[in-house]
Amino acid sequence: MCLAVPGKVVEITGDGELRMGRVDFSGVTRQACLAYVPEVRIGDYVLVHVGFALSRIDEQAAMETLRTLAEIGALDPASEGEP
Amino acid sequence: MRHVDEYRDAHSVAAVVRRIRESARRRWALMEVCGGQTHSILKFGMDELLPETVELIHGPGCPVCVTPLEMIDRAIAIASRPDVTFCSFGDMLRVPGSDDDLLKVKARGGDVRIVYSPLDALRIARQQPERKVVFFAVGFETTAPANAMAVHRAKAEGLSNFSVLVAHVLVPPALEALLGCEDARIDGLLAPGHVCTVTGYRDYEALAARHRIPIVVTGFEPLDLLNGILAAVTQLERGEARVENEYARAVTRDGNPGARAMVEDVFVVSDRTWRGLGPIPSSGYALAPRYAGFDAEQVFDVGAIAVREPEECRAGLVLQGRLRPTDCPAFGTRCTPEHPLGATMVSTEGACAAYFHYRRAARAVAS
Amino acid sequence: MSRTLESMLVCPAPRSRGDVIELAHGGGGKKTSQLVETLFAPAFRNPQLEPLGDGAIVEVGRERLAFTTDSFVVKPVFFPGGDIGSLAVHGTVNDLAMCGAEPLFLSAGYLLEEGFPMRDLERVVASMAEACSRAGVLLVTGDTKVVDRGKGDGIYVNTSGIGRVRDGVSVGPGRAAPGDVVIVSGPIGDHGIAVMAAREGIDFETALVSDSAPVIAPVRALLDAVPATHVLRDPTRGGLATALCEIALASKVGIRLDETEVPVREEVRGACELLGFDPLYVACEGRFLAIVPGPSAEAALAAIRSQPGGEGARSVGTVASEDPGRVVLRTQIGSHRLLERLSGEQLPRIC
Repeated sequence: MCLAVPGKVVEITGDGELRMGRVDFSGVTRQACLAYVPEVRIGDYVLVHVGFALSRIDEQAAMETLRTLAEIGALDPASEGEP
Repeated sequence: MRHVDEYRDAHSVAAVVRRIRESARRRWALMEVCGGQTHSILKFGMDELLPETVELIHGPGCPVCVTPLEMIDRAIAIASRPDVTFCSFGDMLRVPGSDDDLLKVKARGGDVRIVYSPLDALRIARQQPERKVVFFAVGFETTAPANAMAVHRAKAEGLSNFSVLVAHVLVPPALEALLGCEDARIDGLLAPGHVCTVTGYRDYEALAARHRIPIVVTGFEPLDLLNGILAAVTQLERGEARVENEYARAVTRDGNPGARAMVEDVFVVSDRTWRGLGPIPSSGYALAPRYAGFDAEQVFDVGAIAVREPEECRAGLVLQGRLRPTDCPAFGTRCTPEHPLGATMVSTEGACAAYFHYRRAARAVAS
Repeated sequence: MSRTLESMLVCPAPRSRGDVIELAHGGGGKKTSQLVETLFAPAFRNPQLEPLGDGAIVEVGRERLAFTTDSFVVKPVFFPGGDIGSLAVHGTVNDLAMCGAEPLFLSAGYLLEEGFPMRDLERVVASMAEACSRAGVLLVTGDTKVVDRGKGDGIYVNTSGIGRVRDGVSVGPGRAAPGDVVIVSGPIGDHGIAVMAAREGIDFETALVSDSAPVIAPVRALLDAVPATHVLRDPTRGGLATALCEIALASKVGIRLDETEVPVREEVRGACELLGFDPLYVACEGRFLAIVPGPSAEAALAAIRSQPGGEGARSVGTVASEDPGRVVLRTQIGSHRLLERLSGEQLPRIC
């Protein structure tokens, strides 16, 4: 199921079914098909699976999640990270 | 790494684990559906961190593991033909068929190639018009859009030497089958996050209502999994049974409409036999009739396939969540990644392989 | 040092065990160990072979010499940061350094396939000459064989080397002791990922280059500062994890590794996420791990860091008497799990 990895779109070529992008994964780049994410622009993050971007990462939603996690962390009685 | 490391923060992990511990007053059994989630749980030692009140049952979400034996044998037969260049994702090469596997076909001189994307297989077909290029289209709904695009492009470009051997499987029907068992003891589900980026989660709403269990769309990083578990436990403690999305940065209720449209164009829903689970109606994809020319099952007549599953292998029980890999008598002895009896030990997402590779320190010290 | 992308697979053993050699036997993991322990070691049994270290320490008269051999089958032949030739020289020189020896002399055997371009051979040889000069060793003997077209793979190189073991130094895989500290000389995984990026079929771009280089200078500085160093090892095939597993077994100690302390470049992490690899199992070249007595750890780190190639040295773990033979990883989320030796070779995860 599936290894899908988040990366940043740094280049876009073509359009429609042939829309391709160069996606950056921490300094390593790879081509991915962007046909399924027509709304994606350079600088956006996408989830890539078997050479296809399946989803644009929603930065707002990500911030929400991290904010909630930060709140849980702040309310947590232990201040050090030992489980 | 952006959108990765933030979800591996040790302090947050400890805090969420504590919340789970506080929330779970009763014992709950949650099934994480996807093999990738199972691997993440074991790789990060998360099962060791969770309280005993929360039990994780590993689900059948490993497409390599559930590809029917007959299909593996068929793939081997096709790959053995001298005029065929057989392309596949790497995992499939080691899966044992009745007598053989794709890797051995390759060792004997078969033209078997690992590809990372179905587009790679397409490229090979373009570059080598004299070869019959076959792509082994395995996977859940996550991989279907990619495979659909490859077939669609092949038709658009008239690549008559390209065909696909389709063995796609669908998650909701399998879950229905598992939850419908009389002795099902699954209290809640962690739905597969990446499948849902494509399909959305509407289909899970009917499932949740019918079986009255919470279903939480969950990602793969430690904090995503823990958030999913916390949400499921919270619902269970409150007696709720709804679908919740804890992977909102990647998943929406409707999924990816463009991807789904392509899948609906290229594939039709079909009955499918799952290795280890048996036949499940309407649980797979086959090529739509207008793409029949690209269907490897029709292009190649490999005769009747007689399957033979090693008797000792209990992968089926593992896939159904009824047997923990470490409780299988063959685990680690007669069945290891080097000598696998079944697919769950070979596939990188198989539960047995995960237990084998990521053995917990506590278990090892005790043994 | 595997050959093609496809050859990097884990092969399940045939149902009747052991009737043919499999690619996994060359992977540097469990199957390789099994082959060595069950076939080679018993056949040649002798005390110098026994430790099964990177090289053998032999006594000739009053001298302690280190003697090592290695064969190189890397594909592609030329990759970012090196080629089969420089890899061979650095690899052998480093194996001698791992024995606590000053490398002195090398031999080179070339196994060439008919049709291999002369220009490529010239490049490889020039690269080896330069590498020898950099490392301060002399290549004093060699051999050349050519096999029919189709019976080889372009070029294979074997290098053997002799060095003089430093006085007062006694390192070996069985010498780790409770209380010791585990140090790595720099970020792991560069070589494996750089080579993979250069292979066909994987298709990703990176500025990463192989870290293949001689480690003589940092090792020399280390042994000057801490002659009581217990273990030196270069984590090549099988990576850091496999090397530590072997040491834990040989020394009958438990090793604790802290994932957050292990240096890994961002690009290597990115490539590993993409391919589904674990950096702890990716081959390194130009890196070594050192296991030193606890009180000497600071001095050891300072010594290694003072040399080019050692700037990124970090202490990554400790040795204990509990859990002998095991390596326990403390993960970045604070949990623990066992590290095993690599079984076969890492297969890039796809699905």
